[in-house]
Amino acid sequence: MNFETTIGLEVHIELKTNSKIFSPSPVAYGADPNANTNVIDWGYPGVLPTTNKGVVADGIIAALALHATVEKHTHFDRKNYFYPDNPKAYQITQSDKPIGHDGWVEIDVDGVKKKIGISEMHIEEDAGKNTHERDYSYVDLNRQGTPLIEIVSKPDIASPAEAYAYLEALRQRIQFTGISDVKMEEGSMRVDVNISVRPVGQEKFGTKTELKNLNSFNYVQRGLEYEEKRQQQVLMSGGAVQQETRRFDEKTGETILMRVKAGADDYRYFPEPDLPALNISDDWIKELNDAMPEMPTKRRERYVNELGLTDYDAMVITQTKEMSDFFDATVALKADPKMAANYLQGDVNAYLNDNHVDLQATQLTPANLAGMINLITDGTISSKMAKKVFKAITNGEEPKAFVEKHGLVQLSDPAKLQPIIDDVLQANPQSIEDFNNGKKRAVGFLVGQIMKQTHGQANPQVVNKLLMTALQQ
Amino acid sequence: MANRINRDQVQHVASLAKLEFTEAQLDAFTPQLDDIIGLFETLSEVDTDNVEATSSVSDQLNVMREDVADNWGQSQALLKNAPDAARGFIKVPAIIDESEDN
Repeated sequence: MNFETTIGLEVHIELKTNSKIFSPSPVAYGADPNANTNVIDWGYPGVLPTTNKGVVADGIIAALALHATVEKHTHFDRKNYFYPDNPKAYQITQSDKPIGHDGWVEIDVDGVKKKIGISEMHIEEDAGKNTHERDYSYVDLNRQGTPLIEIVSKPDIASPAEAYAYLEALRQRIQFTGISDVKMEEGSMRVDVNISVRPVGQEKFGTKTELKNLNSFNYVQRGLEYEEKRQQQVLMSGGAVQQETRRFDEKTGETILMRVKAGADDYRYFPEPDLPALNISDDWIKELNDAMPEMPTKRRERYVNELGLTDYDAMVITQTKEMSDFFDATVALKADPKMAANYLQGDVNAYLNDNHVDLQATQLTPANLAGMINLITDGTISSKMAKKVFKAITNGEEPKAFVEKHGLVQLSDPAKLQPIIDDVLQANPQSIEDFNNGKKRAVGFLVGQIMKQTHGQANPQVVNKLLMTALQQ
Repeated sequence: MANRINRDQVQHVASLAKLEFTEAQLDAFTPQLDDIIGLFETLSEVDTDNVEATSSVSDQLNVMREDVADNWGQSQALLKNAPDAARGFIKVPAIIDESEDN
């Protein structure tokens, strides 16, 4: 039996606003429990929420970035449920008129491009956080009221690999808008998935299961792969898939039954009476659209078509807006694009990984990286010397000044190199004989000797040229 | 009784509100709730054919504040008012259900 798979993703993105969505409490991390809360966050009787304009703006920005239609007559709705981290016993969200609908992102899986539809995105408040100990649970409401955008995909995703690609496309586009850090490891991007399989040709979707505990894109893909196979096996053995929630076990790569879903959730949505509706003007949308940074797909096209980068280089450079902006600024300072891309992917990324920092938290600047690259291209320093210079620019040093201070100037003048080459040749007659007997390795040895004599400052290209001329005489 | 709501629905609504009723209470509340819904049904006598649907009874629109953080410094007072608190957290009976909703 052949099956087709349908995957749905609900992605929650935490917004980087200064204040909460309905109260002026700060949105900040690492604060003492409940320090960033007030009577509104606690849901005290008689308090009134007020909508944060920045959150509405971010919602419009997300809609625009995901090619969605901005809903001009939008409002909030009340979703009722009890949970200790939800002090009002309802969440203010959007159900009826979400801020954006009918968007899409383009994905690329093994060179095959496909558009994945987004049915809607809405703005809402996050809940607090519970920690569980033996006999009690402990509630911290700092996160209560942190603004979220929830993005719901259309049932267009047909494989776990497409789900991964969709998440990556979504992450990048949102990251480039600057409205969120979109980091799964920090909880600023959270993913809920559902999956169903059905025999090819069957019109009705199969029964879907939900997966929880997916803490990385990789786990999303692995969890879905396991679940896809499991459901196929259930159907092939004549069974029926149950509507249930399953947990992904990171250690075994399996999904484990958490609970069976009995009936539909009953949230009794109704329009939020405490918040006036919103009419979003065309002027506001235009203003936000005009300020939108260039999206990663556009940048990749530019890097490949105008700057001659490979698709792979362009993809790596556009992982984050910071990296891409850094690259653009470096190239704007006349650095060779290919070299700038190589340094960012190689030395810079290694440095960031080793030190667990983001690019913007380092002392690296486009001016200093461009300065270093330009010193390499004009022959002042060798790539080998550049290693030392790179280390210096990670400490914020100016490359030209560093090179001058440490005498790291490449020796490229043939008039200065020739006598050294002559000396080395005179001291190593055996190598000349080896070379004449066809042993090409002798050249490497001689170059090594010359580099040693010049304390590594000789320009290897010039040395090679002069040496070959001397040997072939 | 007009059967606008049945006993199972009352039971369902009660469980959503985390209320537990005895059989006798269910018997008593079902017709009462039925009457209440009946009372509200008089609203449907109003002719709304040419009235646009609305999500709000207020005529306010676009009431928003700028995104400026302001910590009102109320956390200590709020924790004092909580039934129980420990180490800055609100202390609640152990939560077994791991479901988180948003």
